[in-house]
Amino acid sequence: MLDARVPDGPLETKWEHHKFDMKLVNPANKRRFQIIVVGTGLAGASAAATLGELGYRVKAFTYLDSPRRAHSISAQGGINAAKNYHSDGDSIFRLFYDTVKGGDYRSREANVYRLAEVSNNIIDQCVAQGVPFAREYGGLLDNRSFGGAQVSRTFYARGQTGQQLLLGAYQALARQVKAGTVELHTGIEMLDVVVVDGKAVGIIVRDLATGEISRHSAHAVVLGTGGYANAYYLSTNAMSCNVTAAWRAHRKGALFANPSFTQIHPTAIPSSDEFQSKLTLMSESLRNDGRIWVPKDPDESRGPADIPEDDRDYYLERRYPSFGNLAPRDISSRAAKVVVDEGRGVGPLKNGVYLDFAEAIERLGRDAIDEKYGNLFEMYERITGEDPYQVPMRIYPAPHYTMGGLWVDYHLQTTIPGLFAIGEANFSDHGANRLGASALMQGLADGYFVLPYTIGDYLAPQLGSPPVDTSASEFDQAEAEVRGQIDRFLATNGTRSVDWFHRELGRILWDNCGMARNRSGLEKALSEIPALREEFEKDVRVLGSADTLNSSLEKAGRVADFFELAELMCKDALVREESCGGHFREEHQTEDGEALRDDDDFAHVSAWEWSGNASAPTEHREVLEFEYVELSQRSYK
Amino acid sequence: MNLTLRVWRQAGPDAPGRFETYEATDISADSSFLEMLDLVNERLIEQGEEPIEFMHDCREGICGTCGIMINGQAHGPQSSTATCQLHMRSFQDGDELVLEPWRTSGFPIIKDLVVDRSAFDRIIEAGGYISVDTGSAPDANLIPVPKDDADLAMDAAACIGCGACVAACPNGAAQLFTAAKVSHLGLLPQGQPERYERVVDMVEVMEEHFGSCTNMGECEAACPKGISIDFIAMMNRDYLKAKFRNRRTA
Repeated sequence: MLDARVPDGPLETKWEHHKFDMKLVNPANKRRFQIIVVGTGLAGASAAATLGELGYRVKAFTYLDSPRRAHSISAQGGINAAKNYHSDGDSIFRLFYDTVKGGDYRSREANVYRLAEVSNNIIDQCVAQGVPFAREYGGLLDNRSFGGAQVSRTFYARGQTGQQLLLGAYQALARQVKAGTVELHTGIEMLDVVVVDGKAVGIIVRDLATGEISRHSAHAVVLGTGGYANAYYLSTNAMSCNVTAAWRAHRKGALFANPSFTQIHPTAIPSSDEFQSKLTLMSESLRNDGRIWVPKDPDESRGPADIPEDDRDYYLERRYPSFGNLAPRDISSRAAKVVVDEGRGVGPLKNGVYLDFAEAIERLGRDAIDEKYGNLFEMYERITGEDPYQVPMRIYPAPHYTMGGLWVDYHLQTTIPGLFAIGEANFSDHGANRLGASALMQGLADGYFVLPYTIGDYLAPQLGSPPVDTSASEFDQAEAEVRGQIDRFLATNGTRSVDWFHRELGRILWDNCGMARNRSGLEKALSEIPALREEFEKDVRVLGSADTLNSSLEKAGRVADFFELAELMCKDALVREESCGGHFREEHQTEDGEALRDDDDFAHVSAWEWSGNASAPTEHREVLEFEYVELSQRSYK
Repeated sequence: MNLTLRVWRQAGPDAPGRFETYEATDISADSSFLEMLDLVNERLIEQGEEPIEFMHDCREGICGTCGIMINGQAHGPQSSTATCQLHMRSFQDGDELVLEPWRTSGFPIIKDLVVDRSAFDRIIEAGGYISVDTGSAPDANLIPVPKDDADLAMDAAACIGCGACVAACPNGAAQLFTAAKVSHLGLLPQGQPERYERVVDMVEVMEEHFGSCTNMGECEAACPKGISIDFIAMMNRDYLKAKFRNRRTA
């Protein structure tokens, strides 16, 4: 049975009391503990910095050439907090409530409440670090509104909020590097976690530039290694984002929760041809002022400006009058899919919908729009060659974020003691759908304000015992597996590139486990994926050697893990016979096409155990209990 | 469209390098520059040749990973554009393009078009932060920041750390990168307590790794984020002030 270790007592005081109940490590003893943090995005960098400040000895690892390049940097829109600076009725409880509702009642109440509770501390911390949030003329912080909320609670730094928050965390980390508490390892990829006597005690890593493989041991290992949307090949994730660290932990015994809960973001630039390498996101904040529409007539041939109001279908405003263009992401994405599937898509490939600023420009003036969204408009023009001040943007949904991830308890510990997962790498707070501006909040909440407390409770009883020696046989075995896989890739000498296989895998996933899923499609995918994986193992071509920079070799290992994960995603989507949030099973919908949940049978987390065979995982369940939020049909009408 | 690429290939940090010529044929004008390289690499793999290693990650112009000298220009011909945001419509059919890594001793070559920019991290570690332990911050609205100051700080903070400024500089100087961080923090009230110590510490480390600034202005022209060299003037002013104030004991 899965024990989430949620503390007793009223929701509002659980965390406060729990902080008191947890064991502490005395300040002078903290330096006797070694902690490994893998990943240096918002979650990893903030955790490593904070643990260093507390006095722990920390080793931080990133496969990138600098922590500042982690993909958190691409987040554009903002970060939520329940500051209620605008007296518009916000509160910790409302942020909690919106997040649970937005997640379609598939998240753990206690975790979400804690997230809302620490959200305010995050803003204080970041401002003190020098994050240049947008300000009003009086010098106080500005806010804007985001999808799924009826209050303005989103703090932002132009369209570069993720960048500024990441740089804040990176700088805090750099300060600890200088102080000598954190040892920073850049250009190093984690390839396995080492488990001794059931506890995580270290990792095996590879230096990407030299190919050197080395072992590191510690009292605890923290994974802040992000999400797996790149399983789809085309996504808004950075090219190197991958599931490898989390997946290899899964293979060592960590349960993987709700893998089918993926977020397809409604506002990305539609793809233009088959060589496209990634999809570019246009911030959700654009939906504050842009109006989304398609022509009513599928055979419409006029340009957007020549189509009169009467011939336009502002379908979000029509279907969801109270939230309109700010309907949550899963709902907006599906609504776009509906109109495009009806043949009413726009653009040369008829694969997009309009996001139109004409009215906002007329109402607010071009300067005001430029101030808010200037960099996004420029980015759009650079990519498409079209000027959004003149012609409406074209957008279409794209894989963006993954709510699923390693199962963690209230302490953010996985099912392997000593192995923690934070940020997007865990499954915890967003249920079946994440609200906009909540990923940055969760990454920093976990890293700055949650993990540094809970990890102490795990470490305290180990005082006096040194980290396991890296000459232990478990390290030998893990290293041998890592080396074996690398040798196999280089020896295969097949005919097709790693990217070719990744593209094919992505196509299967997108077609069958994307915005809408059904039994026959998922079953088809479950037969196609293992067949393609077998072909990959026999026919992949990885050139070069293992002792220099070799990006094909790096990718091969990551794609191998995506293959196994993809099967689990489809399996999870198949057994979840309901629709909720981003998981839309066509068999389960209301008469007007909304997601139809089944709370009697599916108000639980599916947490999967690796069985040694990617096609036969074992399901465990954590039943979700709702004491403070009443489950209802989610309505944004 | 069809192009001819002359690409710097270098097997490792100590190996000799050379230019190799590749034909990039049937390239869509709508594809990005890096997608063009992806395609060239796919074809190289088909032919059994090792693909060209190049730096890239987010492909949205924000992570700062990418960077190629294209016909001698850092990030290529389009202003305020990182390599990953450059699209093939900026080029003509039949063009010959010379692709080189960032060329400066501060960024040693790792392989092909990939360089080691860890010297930038060393500069930030020297003082590019505000010392505030987690949990010790006052309420975010306690200290108002005039909007103009916040906006100017944000202009500086927009730096993505790609290194184009150094690559474009005839002296291989990193003044624009360093000044962007010094100014970002120095313009905010939160950054005042460490302002003068910070600038001296950062400049000292910068000078260990990079050349000296002679106000050529190439950095600003190459910067994908349009960071202004006015920030270099601000940094120099703070540095001088710091020296006169003799704030530092080292």
